[in-house]
Amino acid sequence: MSEKKTERRDFLFTATAAVGAVGVGATVWPMIDQMNPDASVKALASTEVDVSSVNPGKTITVLWRGKPVFIRRRTQDEINEAKAVKLKDLKHPEKDEDRAKNPEWLVMLGVCTHLGCVPLDQKGDYNGWFCPCHGSHYDISGRIRKGPAPTNMEIPKYEFVNANTIKIG
Amino acid sequence: MSDHEYTPKSNFGKWFNDRLPLLTLANHLTDYPTPKNLNYWWTFGGILTFCLVTQIVTGLVLAMHYIAHADMAFDSVEHIMRDVNYGWLIRYIHANGASMFFLAVYIHIFRSLFYGSYKAPREIIWIIGIIIYLLMMAAAFMGYVLPWGQMSFWGATVITNLFSAIPLVGEGIVTWLWGGYSVDNPTLTRFFTLHYLIPFLILGLVVLHIWALHVPGNNNPIGIDVKKPSKDTVPFHPYIVIKDAFALLMFMIVFAFFVFYTPNILGHADNYIEANPLVTPAHIVPEWYLLPFYAILRSVPDKLMGVIAMLSAIFILAALPWLDTSKIRSAVFRPLYRQFYWILVADVLILGYVGAMPAEGLYLLIARVATAYYFLHFLVILPILGYKERTLPVPLSITEPVLGGSSNLAAARDDSRLEKLK
Repeated sequence: MSEKKTERRDFLFTATAAVGAVGVGATVWPMIDQMNPDASVKALASTEVDVSSVNPGKTITVLWRGKPVFIRRRTQDEINEAKAVKLKDLKHPEKDEDRAKNPEWLVMLGVCTHLGCVPLDQKGDYNGWFCPCHGSHYDISGRIRKGPAPTNMEIPKYEFVNANTIKIG
Repeated sequence: MSDHEYTPKSNFGKWFNDRLPLLTLANHLTDYPTPKNLNYWWTFGGILTFCLVTQIVTGLVLAMHYIAHADMAFDSVEHIMRDVNYGWLIRYIHANGASMFFLAVYIHIFRSLFYGSYKAPREIIWIIGIIIYLLMMAAAFMGYVLPWGQMSFWGATVITNLFSAIPLVGEGIVTWLWGGYSVDNPTLTRFFTLHYLIPFLILGLVVLHIWALHVPGNNNPIGIDVKKPSKDTVPFHPYIVIKDAFALLMFMIVFAFFVFYTPNILGHADNYIEANPLVTPAHIVPEWYLLPFYAILRSVPDKLMGVIAMLSAIFILAALPWLDTSKIRSAVFRPLYRQFYWILVADVLILGYVGAMPAEGLYLLIARVATAYYFLHFLVILPILGYKERTLPVPLSITEPVLGGSSNLAAARDDSRLEKLK
């Protein structure tokens, strides 16, 4: 008889704890999730850029979701240079073709993958970008070649709306 | 708490104290027996309390004029500097106060390292102290973001990006910290809120720190237990109060020098340029008090391992009471430890120096050697030293060496011998 009583108590105890845990979780989650990007931040998800005035060999920087995006119109020499790099020389192997769908235009997040600084244009040992914060060198395809950054600079989702307009996001 | 029962003199005092024993607490703090051989390195606890109160009071005033918004923060800080009555003074006290706070806390920590104050039975005091130190770093970092200058913005970007090194969930955590896809207004407002909160958390921990201290009582320069009650101790008031007050005045001279003569020397000129998410300053450096850890971060070529090394360098301190296997507390009686102690001091200073320099060439090499030595000190040297070192004989009591170094206690207590010495 006493054993039966204990089982009932155990059940009530477990059920109470389980309901309590769900309740605490349901209360805490809104407190945590409120810190995630809100609706107004998410609403700024895409940007259209007119690139008709960009000459070959020039880079423009536009702001997308609070981050800089580099849009570089590469010269034929630069494209050749980017394609000539062997994949085995790369820390994060990616073909240039996969990074620039249209080889003339390189569109990438201008954010160093180390700790988020903005790399400088036409600097560094690889004729591409150089991050002044902790010394990461990127090539003309935005691929990491030397320094602490773990990966190549990120390529955002983008498309050519027409010949002169790029839509990022 | 107190070793003896305390009864207030007045009837009202008795009535009040029976209901809330605040007078008993005050009496305990006044009479608290303190080792009589405490030197000036022991005055930094009081100095740190002063720093905390200064930061809270000046911060409270600044918050009355500051606007936590990405479009207005920078201008509101300039408004404080130019328009608000004495705003320049209050802000300079607050900004330099952070540096003074860290200066004092480093002296306080290295005092503890030299005299073995972290050892049994004071491990909890030490660990609470490390938590306070961590909170201080968080508060200082978030406070530095609030003026929304270039260093604010890029410092915030770099430090929050440290979390992106965590596998799988790192990016999600960073977005969550930012409240967006980059450091922006939501980041600023939450940092302001937390910057306001943390000092009060520290205040609570300081109460626990002192409470835990008052259980075993202070350590002292020769690191042996005091015999209570005995000639080894003096009451906290007036002896320690006066000594602390004098040291505090000396400290305030240094503090005032920075505030009035070189208020910007510890800051960066770049922070007088408003935050610009498109341009990173040529040389990002954290505030001086974080430089040794920054050097450790940069000395490791791998992103995740760099972050782990940096955090380990701080958390390893919490394990110090168990890493140091020596039963002798004070370095005064540990000839080898004393040398390794000074090498560690030099090592940390070197790390701080290379942390401010570009991470390349010789600087990088020095940073790597110094980082390796830092961990070697705590993980290898300290555990082995406790077994290998031949320590010097420790006196029987605090009173003994004061009265001529005789190992004969009876002779030391004999006042007639003192008469002869005169």
